[in-house]
Amino acid sequence: MKINAQNLHYKTLNDQIKASNAKRIEVDNCIGQRYIGDGLAKKEILIHGTPGNGLGAYLNGAVITVDGNVQDAVGDTMNDGAIYVHGSSGDATGYAMRGGKIFIRDNAGYRAGIHMKAYMEKLPVLVIGGQAGSFLGEYQAGGLIIVLGLGSEKQTPVGYFCGTGMHGGQMFLRCNALPHDLPAQVSARAANSADMERIRPYIAEYAQAFGRDENAILAHPFFVLEPNTQNPYKQMYVEN
Amino acid sequence: MIPQDFLYPEFEVVRNPVKCINCRICERECANEVHRYDAHTKSMVSDDAQCVNCHRCVALCPTHALKIVQSDHTFRENANWSGQTIKEVYKQAGSGGVLLSSMGNPKDLPVYWDKILLNASQVTNPSIDPLREPMETKTFLGKKNIVIERDAQGRLVNNLPPQLELSTPLVFSAMSYGSISYNAHASLARAAKTLGIFYNTGEGGLHEDFYPYGTNTIVQVASGRFGVHKDYLEAGAAIEIKMGQGAKPGIGGHLPGAKIVGDISKTRMIPMGTDAISPAPHHDIYSIEDLRQLVFSLKEATDYRKPIIVKIAAVHNAAAIASGIARSGADIIAIDGFRGGTGAAPTRIRDNVGIPIELALASVDQRLREEGIRNNVSLLVAGSIRSSADVVKAIALGADACYLGTATALALGCHLCRSCQTGRCNWGIATQRPDLVKRLNPDVGYQRLVNLITAWTHEIKEIMGGMGINSIEALRGNRLMLRGIDLNEKELSILGIKYAGE
Amino acid sequence: MQREGQVRIPAGCAISGIFSKSGERIAGDTIIQSIANMHDRSNGLGGGFAGYGIYPEYKELYAFHIFYDSDAAKDACEAFLEHHFDVVNLSKIPHRKVKAITDEPLIWRYFVTPLPSKLSSSQLEEREFTARCVIRINTQIDGAYVFSSGKNMGVFKAVGFPEDVGAFYRLDEYAGYCWTAHGRYPTNTPGWWGGAHPFALLDFSIVHNGEISSYDANRRYIEMFGYACTLQTDTEVITYIFDYLVRKQGLTLREAASVVAAPFWDTIAKKDTQMREQLTYLRNAFASLLVTGPFSILLGFEGGMMALNDRLKLRSMVIGEKDDRVYAASEESAIRIIEPNLDKVWSPEGGQPVIVTLDRGLEK
Repeated sequence: MKINAQNLHYKTLNDQIKASNAKRIEVDNCIGQRYIGDGLAKKEILIHGTPGNGLGAYLNGAVITVDGNVQDAVGDTMNDGAIYVHGSSGDATGYAMRGGKIFIRDNAGYRAGIHMKAYMEKLPVLVIGGQAGSFLGEYQAGGLIIVLGLGSEKQTPVGYFCGTGMHGGQMFLRCNALPHDLPAQVSARAANSADMERIRPYIAEYAQAFGRDENAILAHPFFVLEPNTQNPYKQMYVEN
Repeated sequence: MIPQDFLYPEFEVVRNPVKCINCRICERECANEVHRYDAHTKSMVSDDAQCVNCHRCVALCPTHALKIVQSDHTFRENANWSGQTIKEVYKQAGSGGVLLSSMGNPKDLPVYWDKILLNASQVTNPSIDPLREPMETKTFLGKKNIVIERDAQGRLVNNLPPQLELSTPLVFSAMSYGSISYNAHASLARAAKTLGIFYNTGEGGLHEDFYPYGTNTIVQVASGRFGVHKDYLEAGAAIEIKMGQGAKPGIGGHLPGAKIVGDISKTRMIPMGTDAISPAPHHDIYSIEDLRQLVFSLKEATDYRKPIIVKIAAVHNAAAIASGIARSGADIIAIDGFRGGTGAAPTRIRDNVGIPIELALASVDQRLREEGIRNNVSLLVAGSIRSSADVVKAIALGADACYLGTATALALGCHLCRSCQTGRCNWGIATQRPDLVKRLNPDVGYQRLVNLITAWTHEIKEIMGGMGINSIEALRGNRLMLRGIDLNEKELSILGIKYAGE
Repeated sequence: MQREGQVRIPAGCAISGIFSKSGERIAGDTIIQSIANMHDRSNGLGGGFAGYGIYPEYKELYAFHIFYDSDAAKDACEAFLEHHFDVVNLSKIPHRKVKAITDEPLIWRYFVTPLPSKLSSSQLEEREFTARCVIRINTQIDGAYVFSSGKNMGVFKAVGFPEDVGAFYRLDEYAGYCWTAHGRYPTNTPGWWGGAHPFALLDFSIVHNGEISSYDANRRYIEMFGYACTLQTDTEVITYIFDYLVRKQGLTLREAASVVAAPFWDTIAKKDTQMREQLTYLRNAFASLLVTGPFSILLGFEGGMMALNDRLKLRSMVIGEKDDRVYAASEESAIRIIEPNLDKVWSPEGGQPVIVTLDRGLEK
């Protein structure tokens, strides 16, 4: 089913998507409509144009593909499903996501993967093909953030304060040098073969989705960032 | 321990040796390990330093042999450096830590509720007897800024956005599963359902056992987004976005990994043992238009069927903030005053940040009216409402309903020892230790909550009847029913009330 | 001593009303006779009348009745009127000397219509424009007070017993299809004429008996919509509530009555589904306009009159019917004195509006 989003208010567009029985929905001429696919469980949505903020928030199993860039708060508090962005994303990509996968072909803005968390079988994965802005993985409590640095001219494809407050999960950075301002609670090491096996399926999925060469991506060294404790703030308090 | 760090115990356990029968119940009941049986002397001894004055041992001593007294041990009298302040310096010098406290601000700052007096009818209109005449406390919370519409037959169209219907204008405040126990939550959920009011999950998610109470549940979405998923959002009758808390405005939350065990981990949907950190802000909200975005993303996800509450701490510019929220699509604004309780907050924040709820409420209500947007939102106020008289005063100042936190905990048995942060609550409320949790029988807890709300509601009716008001909506914002005492001109003008005798 | 507006003064009262369903014009002395019968329900500190259909020759024009404290106030107000309205006719309101009526202000009457240019540039509907001008004069021009502003109707009021007020204004020389009257029993009054009743805005006028307990809740709510409760009286706030619900929100009078004197929730629960939903909707949507405490009111409006009691019926109200005439008063005797042979006499239930109009006659 096709929906022409031209001149449609987001509420009308989202009502049509929710009401539709079609498994696959194509949205044409999308221009800033917010909250597309919020909380959606089953459908597949293909979006042409630029969807508005809050795309796929609370996503619960649906698959969203965007043929272009996306704005802020994509996949906010996402629980399951997948989002493929053939372009770049704005700020707070994958905020507090608990499950599902987000693939950004190019770059992500500030605070991507902030407060990502994992639980039981839920493992959120955020793959950023290019570079990420500052505060990547702030408060990360679980899940996997992978930054490939494709097309990035920076030594390290992340901004400042990477991993601030990180206390769970892993971050993979494909680069030759570590961020120089990693916080004390985060330890970094070169990825070993077990690490690489772990991320291989996601790299493969990225390569397939965006027509890149999987082996060329994997051929380059990666760093793994992990918290060195689950409870980094334990010593901060004295009972009063 | 170096001598500088020695602090003489704040409380002394007084045991009447004549009455004590060495039954050792006090020893079993005290999670702080104050009491111990000394086989050598064949008597009970106490480690006063561990005592938090929670009265558990006192209440359970079968011979009433125990009492707890404040130590008369003092520092040299000093109006500037109180003993408490001196001890805090010692603690920090010894540990390098941030002082951590719990429950509401205990400082001797003005309680405006106590400086407001209520009116009653004499002669010019009649008071009403609530025992025999109808007296209504039913309250709807939600937006009411409608314009009358009619269908083709000329009938009125119900175009009101979703509303919460309360039998009485009282709601149990947000207290997360994790900060309080399973049995405490069970008591709250059941009582809310029986009473026709609501309880609030706090930011710890919703235990699967309590989904059946969803029609009386407010589910909270806080910055950590713990336990937030589609089913959770669907489960509640309303969704509350927690922007701030009165006990700790401007800072986030932190449930230590040690408390993330078993069902807590499951309900929050985070692994066992990992710290549950709620960032200070929502990182998708750095501005008022971002709040609008979160409000509408939640409405979209739940098909506009649930009112959205935005909870803020009462801070200096609360009126301007509330005005922004009232235009953000939110249905209800909750304002939490600086005396609001907490399971843990940095002492300095708790005791110094924020403003009294009475003043915040008065200025928010007035500001929203001046801007003509008071009916865009309902106002829920908290922190702290201690009695039915406080409720009546809050509603007359302009609140739609009140959140009860500390009073709720007291009803469950809390003795306000302000030691929640230790996780060793002897009354089974602010703890996850199974042996302590089971001390709070949810059947009893439930009944005590029902009793409290029933009693307060009766008192509210009694007070309203005296004023000649027989419906709570005629009390709302009815500031002529209030007079101030011991207040200066500025305070009267902010509260929008006259002085007693005027 | 503070006057109405500076302080809230409670008051008890007598009210009376007469209506001709066929539009037959009734002379003003009839209503004086009725209200005078309830002399003991007022204490000489306020009386007044509203007559409808009394200005047929000017029925397309707003008739402003204005009190002035001084010539300066009159000059300022007339400048304002000239600026906003085409003043077709102006004169002192005729009155005769009555011994009991003293301290009269300057009392003037203006027949006006909004200036088309002013009206169109305001982008307001004509009645809204006029109402706002009235509120502006009353709040911003010191010493000027518009106490009547409807078309083909007029309010006449003063400090004194109502029968003296009626004589003072020479009401026997007016005739209208509807009259309401009020005798006031305030607990105190500085003797300001503006504080007497009826209170009116455009063609809505209210006479009221009782003291409502919801006053400040109602006032603080209604003031969000451009009204200014300058007198702090129940009558004023109730008038604004009806103006808001009926004129601005488009509710019928009956619907508006179910907001002001909403049935109890228990009563609503027993209604059929459609009625239950409607009453719940109205009561919830306009929760802050529920009026509690004792009141009985007569609302006059163009072409009709409504009688309404509070939902507990804490004040008395009697309705009488005789041929073409419908009567409403605090006491039956006040009706019997002008119509001894009533076809029917009855008391409406609390919260049940009794509406009589030129088009549809009496509806219960």
